[in-house]
Amino acid sequence: MLSRVANSIYWLGRYLERAENYARFIDVNINLSMDLPPDMNEQWEPLVLATGDHELFVKKNLKFDRKNVIHFLTFDSDNLNSIISSITFARENARIIRENLTKETWEKLNELYHFVQKKSTKKEWKAEDLREFFESVKNQVLLLYGLAESTVARTEGWHFRQLGMYLERADKTSRILDVKYHIILPSPTMIGTPLDFLHWTALLKSVTAFNTYRRIYGNIDSSNVVEFLVLNKYFPRSMFFCLVEAEKCLQKITGEGASGYRNSAEKAMGELRSKLEFDDVSDVINSGLHEYLDDMQLKINKISNEIDQNFFQIKHNFVSQINEQ
Amino acid sequence: METVNYQINGNFDEMFNPDGACRQHYNSFLSLVKKTSPKKMSQLQFSANKTQIAMGMTFNVYHDNQGTEKILHLDIVPRIIPNSEWKLLEAGLKQRIHALNLFLQDIYNERKILKDGIVPEDLILKSKDYLEPCIGLTPPKGIWCHITGTDLVRDKNGEYYILEDNLRCPSGVSYMLESREIIKRAYPELFNSMGVMPVSDYPAKLLKMLQFLSNKEKPIVGVLTPGIYNSAYFEHSYLALQMGVELVSGIDLVTKNNKVYMQTTKGLQQIDVLYRRIDDTFMDPMAFNPDSMLGVPGIFEAYKAGNIAFANAPGTGVADDKAVYAYVPRIIKYYLNEEPILNNVPTYLCREEDDRKYVLENIHNLVVKETNAAGGYGMLIGPKADAAEHEKFRNLIRNNPNNYIAQPTLSLSTVPTLTEDGLEGRHVDLRPYILYGEEIEVIPGALTRVALKKGSLVVNSSQGGGSKDTWVLYN
Repeated sequence: MLSRVANSIYWLGRYLERAENYARFIDVNINLSMDLPPDMNEQWEPLVLATGDHELFVKKNLKFDRKNVIHFLTFDSDNLNSIISSITFARENARIIRENLTKETWEKLNELYHFVQKKSTKKEWKAEDLREFFESVKNQVLLLYGLAESTVARTEGWHFRQLGMYLERADKTSRILDVKYHIILPSPTMIGTPLDFLHWTALLKSVTAFNTYRRIYGNIDSSNVVEFLVLNKYFPRSMFFCLVEAEKCLQKITGEGASGYRNSAEKAMGELRSKLEFDDVSDVINSGLHEYLDDMQLKINKISNEIDQNFFQIKHNFVSQINEQ
Repeated sequence: METVNYQINGNFDEMFNPDGACRQHYNSFLSLVKKTSPKKMSQLQFSANKTQIAMGMTFNVYHDNQGTEKILHLDIVPRIIPNSEWKLLEAGLKQRIHALNLFLQDIYNERKILKDGIVPEDLILKSKDYLEPCIGLTPPKGIWCHITGTDLVRDKNGEYYILEDNLRCPSGVSYMLESREIIKRAYPELFNSMGVMPVSDYPAKLLKMLQFLSNKEKPIVGVLTPGIYNSAYFEHSYLALQMGVELVSGIDLVTKNNKVYMQTTKGLQQIDVLYRRIDDTFMDPMAFNPDSMLGVPGIFEAYKAGNIAFANAPGTGVADDKAVYAYVPRIIKYYLNEEPILNNVPTYLCREEDDRKYVLENIHNLVVKETNAAGGYGMLIGPKADAAEHEKFRNLIRNNPNNYIAQPTLSLSTVPTLTEDGLEGRHVDLRPYILYGEEIEVIPGALTRVALKKGSLVVNSSQGGGSKDTWVLYN
């Protein structure tokens, strides 16, 4: 597969997953705000802090209110991570490699793009209940996943796309969890109160994990939620699950066989996966949840850079490669 | 929907005779139209355009990532060609491509036709499209113009004329293919009963032709595109997808030891044939335009060494120069010893004294064209211009006669087209596609471009042109 094509497929996977997760992020807060007692203020800044878009938001000199934050994370094309940007980039990547996609995939993605574009220009979006819109974005992304699941051959391109998707999801799950860190409780004594409970519930719901969590753990408890979203072996949005799957993709791409690692991307991936495999929840809590998640995000970035170097940027050493042939 | 008010206005209409009676090959279509309400027709038109957008059948007019992409409006009334007419077109196009290919091989090698004085030497050797690096070259299998999209028009009497030869990467074939799919959905029952020749095997034929250019048993083929910002990008990726080959751009390719490689995730893989959709002179900054960012340094050397084939071969542009065009009937006679089956539009060469005199005297009735400009640039439409413009072009011609040709204004034929006021005649041209591999094959279909503006003769997509599906009948 052409390096350039692999690169685009990888990013197609990442951007689609990013768009879906941003829809989930915003949902956390909308869910939360509806359950808040009337005397509490909605908190919108934590969302922007957790997504990592804080710097740009501050530069734009905006107030952290519902309208501004939702617009910023959804329809603002200056924000390169917003839903509209992610969908646009996903489509641009798809356009570049269209000959590698099934016709349905392209057409559904194109529809999603036009849907989001159209919504963004509508003046009345502020007045509408945007939850329907976010629901629709999620559903359309899931439709694309379903299409791929049942129509795409499991060749290299598939693995690059899944690799992008799982890495992005691991990153975003860590960020969704991080929202909780940034949401300030009125006082530290309120940990474990109904309000704290509300926060955790909203968070679990936003990643469609509430029922599954209940079945496994029963009561809402902060360290259990952390364990579930970071270390669970079976839940497809937990960070550990995502890294295990991402690692499998990478191995399929390099080729079956050998234990250990065969390139620096596999090395970085294996290290992070095994860290999660051998950590337990007290290791996470003891390092400080926010610090732990921050470190994870940096390591995921490093893996992504290694993938870039090993598979997409081979031009720089092409001469030695030709000589081998 | 009724057609009683349809105006023919003295044009040659593809559907109706001058007396208003329907031509035989349009009868089935007419009875369908009569059964269909105007509202239903509009709905068909609406859903056709909607499908085009959903398919991303767009051409680009943009530079940022959220700019406009436009569709080439597809009109739902087909242009229908009876088989007897098609046979003539087919024979004429084969003859012409055959002769032009011999011509290209000759002017880059022995130059017999120049030495025999049939075509003026300076017209060829001084042309900017005559590529020095190609001199002495014979492309793989001796074929220069593998893919041609010849433009034809019909005059008032229904006579077909060749307008342009388009020997360098003609575009539009994807519209022919996708339009057919859309129109099939609009009139499924007609397709069952009328006997329309299929075009859907074009990508398979194209691939076979490209593979033929290599001597390897399983050659690796690719489509070379300038990239996503090229206006025909949709077509490049569409054709790669349909053929199941890689779509590559310059940055994906490297050369070494006169071989061309693609950069893949598993290292470098040699590529053998390129359907290149970038201009000759942008292909290799080392051989041609040193400023080209699109090309692949060293790829022309690999071509000379016989390690890669290009379709079309570099250097074909010289044969579709507007002045060379005027010599094509003589070129056909010279190489094939046959009379041309399809006519040229009568062309006055300002480089020849008698012709020049005629052009200067009759400029108000003529279309004057610069010989090496394309896309309607450097053109004068005599009947529509004022005296000052006439004088300006007279001076241009006197100062540089070699640079100009002139042709009488042609009236293009019309086809009924759905407008806000119902069906009205609109002018069309015709672009069939010809492949030259093991043999020369004319694809039974075409891109019919239509000038959507009432009375307009300009069919270009950039100036309000649309398209029609083109049906060639079995009978």
